Amino acid sequence: MSTSLWIGTRKGAFTLRPDAKRRDWTLSGPQFLGHIIHHIVQDPREPRVLLMAAKTGHLGPTVYRSTDRGRTWREAAQPPAFRKAAEGEQPRAVDRVFWLTPGHSSERGTWYAGSSPAGLFRSEDGGERWQPVVGFNDNRMHPKWASFATPDGQLTHSIKIDPRDPRHLYLALSGGGVFESTDGGADWTPLNEGCAADFLPDPNVPFGHDPHCVALHPRAPDRLYQQNHCGIYRLDRPQRRWERIGRAMPKKVGDIGFPIVLHPTDPDTAWVLPMDGQTVWPRTSIQGKPAVYRTSDGGKSWRRLDRGLPRSQAWLTVLRQAMCTDERVPRTGVYFGTTGGEVWAGVNAGESWRCIARHLPEIYSVTHAA
Amino acid sequence: MSCRVRIPSPLRSYTGGAPAVEAAGVTVEEVLGDLERRFGGIRFRMVDEQNRIRPHMRLYVNTREVTALSQPVGAGDTLHIICALSGG
Repeated sequence: MSTSLWIGTRKGAFTLRPDAKRRDWTLSGPQFLGHIIHHIVQDPREPRVLLMAAKTGHLGPTVYRSTDRGRTWREAAQPPAFRKAAEGEQPRAVDRVFWLTPGHSSERGTWYAGSSPAGLFRSEDGGERWQPVVGFNDNRMHPKWASFATPDGQLTHSIKIDPRDPRHLYLALSGGGVFESTDGGADWTPLNEGCAADFLPDPNVPFGHDPHCVALHPRAPDRLYQQNHCGIYRLDRPQRRWERIGRAMPKKVGDIGFPIVLHPTDPDTAWVLPMDGQTVWPRTSIQGKPAVYRTSDGGKSWRRLDRGLPRSQAWLTVLRQAMCTDERVPRTGVYFGTTGGEVWAGVNAGESWRCIARHLPEIYSVTHAA
Repeated sequence: MSCRVRIPSPLRSYTGGAPAVEAAGVTVEEVLGDLERRFGGIRFRMVDEQNRIRPHMRLYVNTREVTALSQPVGAGDTLHIICALSGG
């Protein structure tokens, strides 16, 4: 099985390709040197196709598309953009395309994109032309859902499609919550019951939560996991109440972090990378001792995986798109990239770790392409 | 009517590396429209979907800053596109 990792950074895109044992990795790139690359995603329906979300510090945001596994790229003819504001309306402009998700397997060429500020966009021609999803962007509740921006702006992320039903969608909004649509995006409802929102005066609100990353298991799509600003959660549909499985994490570690990734076939196995969420939120490895934690029982218990990682004075930050698996079974490879430009690999389900790239720019995303 | 447009390095991927091009139009909007027709995608990198010049870009007709895209451009004028970066 061929594997490559796409690394989106603050200064361009890189790829890492392994030898047969996934021990030695070859770095290539940069492509788009100097561009801010938030996400690079392969189309599982057409594996030669990849999409890349890009911008620079001064130029507006755009999407690039490759049809030759990332060798060459062409810019979208109509990148994601809000509709023109009506007279007296607050005008909105996409600052960055933050997230890309291929559409349902039955809808070839369909993609979704999440933006900052909060916006959802859809393409039906493989990412060439994008249209706003009116049911979300112009939902009468949107101004309330998206009222609380973080310093980096509102982030629309974790767009998930139910593999059984192309009309069943989830998305997450940082400083907004998780939302669900059962009609192809025409309308949305908050799905945050059970999630803590410790930072709000009334923690029992229907929205306003801060999901950092939501994952839906492809083989068991009623199983969702969430790494939230306030803990790690699991939800088994059709229930609507998230259960805080992070309570089983060691007290001195806590259950704060950005990414959560799932085992490709076992819905009870997931990996997280805890970070320091105390005081002013350093968002670094706890006490400078990085570790991944894995559950193999749906969150009832967690095991620390730190063999090979630095033992001390390693203040890593790993962003929500910067952790993935290579979808291999058995010996699933788990990978993460740091804001300090290192990529780490745990090719035996994270049992031990090796640094496979360093000295890269600030890493925003690590994604796997088959 | 045509003017000269000075293309900053971040946008030269659109113009095949050319640091300056000629463009037709009697307003900034028309000049940008002509650029877009010839170098698809270049306008959206400078002007957002609400027709606002992006926050870290400035346009000048000769030495006069462009505050509205309806601003006139005369034959022989130069449209300057300036980009600002910070933060390393």
